[in-house]
Amino acid sequence: MDCSHVFEFKVKRLIVVFTLFLAFFSVTPAAFAQVDTAQVTEGSHAQPAAEKKFDIGKFALHHIADSHSWHVIGHTYIDLPVILYTKAGVVNFSSADFTTLEDGKVVRDDEAKVVVERNGQRFVKMHEKIYYASDVANEHGQFVNLDEKHHATNARPLDLSITKNVCTLFLSIIIILVVFLNVAKGYRTNKGKSPKGIQSWMEPIILFVRDDIAIPNLGHKYERFMPYLLTVFFFIWFNNMLGLVPFLPGGANLTGNIAVTMILALATFCLTVFNGNKYYWKHIFMPDVPWWMYIVMVPVELFGIFTKPIALMIRLFANITAGHILVLSLICLVFVFNSLYIAPISIAFAVFIGGIELLVAFIQAFIFTILSALFIGMAIDDHH
Amino acid sequence: MELLLPEFGLVIFQSIAFLLLMFLLAKFAWKPILAAIKEREKSIDEALSKAELAKQEMARLTSQNEELMKSARAERDLILKEAKTLKDSIINEAKTAAQTEGAKLIEKAKIEIENSKKAALAELKHQVSSLSLDIAERVLRNQLQDKATQQDLVANLLKDVELN
Repeated sequence: MDCSHVFEFKVKRLIVVFTLFLAFFSVTPAAFAQVDTAQVTEGSHAQPAAEKKFDIGKFALHHIADSHSWHVIGHTYIDLPVILYTKAGVVNFSSADFTTLEDGKVVRDDEAKVVVERNGQRFVKMHEKIYYASDVANEHGQFVNLDEKHHATNARPLDLSITKNVCTLFLSIIIILVVFLNVAKGYRTNKGKSPKGIQSWMEPIILFVRDDIAIPNLGHKYERFMPYLLTVFFFIWFNNMLGLVPFLPGGANLTGNIAVTMILALATFCLTVFNGNKYYWKHIFMPDVPWWMYIVMVPVELFGIFTKPIALMIRLFANITAGHILVLSLICLVFVFNSLYIAPISIAFAVFIGGIELLVAFIQAFIFTILSALFIGMAIDDHH
Repeated sequence: MELLLPEFGLVIFQSIAFLLLMFLLAKFAWKPILAAIKEREKSIDEALSKAELAKQEMARLTSQNEELMKSARAERDLILKEAKTLKDSIINEAKTAAQTEGAKLIEKAKIEIENSKKAALAELKHQVSSLSLDIAERVLRNQLQDKATQQDLVANLLKDVELN
């Protein structure tokens, strides 16, 4: 009996260490961790002593993923609108429709068990994704067809829902607009004088972007790209910080979402490609190497055009997501060890990592911006 | 792997929202902010260069003043020196003039004195001669009143005069 306890403890500890280990690195392994922990959990199902297992991987991934409702506290949620572009036109309803009443309690469904019918079409929600429902339920009561990895294979409508991330996106845009329109107002009222209030908070950062990011990389043509660089810097920074706030206005993982980083990287890519001058393109298609080297060099250079923004996309996404997973994992230590005495340790670590994340929030915004400036600078550089 | 697949909805919203944000910020925030910062930097630079210019001007003026002072002092010394020589020469001139004038006067006085003396002497001679003539006349007249004695005298005289 004692031995089995020790064994249990060791398994749990292994899970924690393994998850932390994965969380430290990149997200791709962390995504696999869900499968790994799931397997471990399934393995432990064989043991009769096992209670309801806490699946840390699933928990963390659920929290960093997008969602159709916004968790406030306890059992309180804000239900966000679902907007679908289907074969039969636009359909919209509240995500509160994916709930059932069981024993007088509202149960939120995320396993494709509740079917919502609109415009003669049937929808289910599984892992915060909306599918066209199957005609009949499978053996678990789910109206989806599952593959061997438990992923739904049903067709999906075009999902234009106002999700948690979209809400945060709008919120952050409002915050950024309010802040910087106020700053701009400060320059009008204190014309020619020293900055006051929020203006003096933001001016050093604006100057930092101008003097340490734009001018060294772009040279005298920096002014054309300042609006983009400033916007991208403050968008990433504000959203990184908003993501670190654990309760309502924050909590979403917007800059750790691949769609968001993809659009940001795409913007840099477009600016690079459309502003590239003849030297830039000559460097790619006719580099200063013997002609027979072109067979190797041209594909490599062409490939490089795409790898640079892709690296930007992955870097921001992976850093922010990893930070979130790390903090979540540390907090989850309490549930993993199933002991309140772990709480001080876990909170101390979470605070420490939170401090680092605050730094990372700035650094990632800085890195994204300076690399964007660097890539654009390489494309517009004209002294060869 | 699901994390690495972008959701279509968010892609659309993010593109629209980001472009809108960039447009709004560029127009209403970045443009005025950067322009104001640039303006202020320019005015600070200008003020600094103006201060530098004023400092140079000040230094120039100070050195100019000193130069002026120096030349003024030199001029004053020169004028003083000239005045002194002038004074000396005037005094000397006056002295010599006075001397010659004095000498002339003395000469004149001497001549005058000589003339007066001569006139006085002539007058004296004249008076002495007339007086002596008078005296002689009176004496003669006296002596001639006594004929006997006259005869004697003439006889004496004739006695002395031998007819040789």
